[in-house]
Amino acid sequence: MCNFLWLASTEGIGSYAPVLIQLLIAGAVVSLLMLLTHILGPKRKTKDKLINFESGIEQIGNARKPMGVKYFIVAILFVLFDVEVIFFYPYAVNFRELGTEGFLAVLMFVALFVCGFVYVIKKGALKWED
Amino acid sequence: MSIDTFLILEKIILVVIIIAASMGVAAYSTWAERKVAAVMQDRIGPLRAGPFGLLQPLADGGKLFFKEEIVPDNSTKWLFMLAPAMFIFTSLMTSAIIPWGPDFVINGSEGARTVALQVADINIGILYVFGVVSIGVYGIMLGGWASNNKFSLLSAIRAASQAISYELALGLSLIALLMLTGTLSLRTIVEQQHGFWDGNYFTWNFFKQPLGFVIFLVCSFAELNRAPFDMPESESELNMGYHLEYSSMKLGMFLFAEYINMFISSAVLATLFFGGYNFPWMDQVQAAVPSGIFSLICVGVLMAKVVGFILFFMFVRWTLPRFRFDQLLNLGWTKLIPLALFNMLVTGAVILFFFNKK
Repeated sequence: MCNFLWLASTEGIGSYAPVLIQLLIAGAVVSLLMLLTHILGPKRKTKDKLINFESGIEQIGNARKPMGVKYFIVAILFVLFDVEVIFFYPYAVNFRELGTEGFLAVLMFVALFVCGFVYVIKKGALKWED
Repeated sequence: MSIDTFLILEKIILVVIIIAASMGVAAYSTWAERKVAAVMQDRIGPLRAGPFGLLQPLADGGKLFFKEEIVPDNSTKWLFMLAPAMFIFTSLMTSAIIPWGPDFVINGSEGARTVALQVADINIGILYVFGVVSIGVYGIMLGGWASNNKFSLLSAIRAASQAISYELALGLSLIALLMLTGTLSLRTIVEQQHGFWDGNYFTWNFFKQPLGFVIFLVCSFAELNRAPFDMPESESELNMGYHLEYSSMKLGMFLFAEYINMFISSAVLATLFFGGYNFPWMDQVQAAVPSGIFSLICVGVLMAKVVGFILFFMFVRWTLPRFRFDQLLNLGWTKLIPLALFNMLVTGAVILFFFNKK
């Protein structure tokens, strides 16, 4: 019977319970929208209508082909740097307690961060035109 | 009926109001966008549906529901269906942690009860927004890929690399702010910005972090795919964007979710940098009116700030031309990230060496 008490507390994991409520209600709203538009719209499908529109002319080939590798490099770099950025968050929150010593440590971390950053830029990872 | 049931009931009511409000604001943003565009281009704008065209968003929404739903034969069907749902779902989820106003007290038969105008005060606060927003990128990516259409795919990939590139600068620009506040909880951040002037200096974070604010603002433009960073939707080169193959309300959901995102990010900007629901002389006002009314005034103040930001987003859209994609990535990576790092280090040094009394 007491199993649901954590739902009502506002500390710790209980503070996430309202997020769960929002999750359920938002999910319900979205499903309702999807369902309504599915039911309300007319359904007069023909073979020609179901061809991809693309640019209005006949489609040539399949879209799922290898793409420019530049986008992939950006994504890989994001993963690397985002992990480094995330490390700053706990530091920023505890910034005052850590004081000068912590600041020097972070200066070192930033220096390493900048080294990697400069290397990536110099290597031409973000150069789009040859 | 225990008090806990009331808590759940209260949260359900709050969530319903917030979701309804964000959809309403999003709908009327489309109207405002057209009116703003019209004013700036010396036109009249929507006029026929209702007074000042105020019923136009309802007519547009209603029309979309009655359009035929088309799922192209070549597409991956279930991903095609999932994408818009996911996109709008994430945009509806972000509003959970924004404090819309101060607590107010209800005097019931079971004694006084404090009602918080915030769905969830979770301790990771702003990180929750980042997390949910990054899931939104999947909605775009899936939509573009599942369409099996070269333009949509290109647009989706652009949108994804733009979003992730600017997420770095967005995250970095916030770190300086977090050094000042020492917490991630949005509720505490707002309470720290109480009033407007604390006797020595402004309390609003904008006056302590002007550079951080500018970086954050530029990044929100990119995250929202708003002009001048609307490469994913550049109609002249991509026809339309990642929602090119969509019809009926599924298209509407993509467009709608963007406006909901704009509303939420305006609220986040106002909360983080412009004092949220705080306003000058709020203490005198609080002493003069009952707590329920005071909360309403505060919500009104926050909404006024949000509307201000939304209008700003619109003015910029109709003022600046679009960037080129490599210029966009260059700006994000080689300008904003070093600038944000610089801002962080300077803020840290200044706090440590000049304000280290606490």
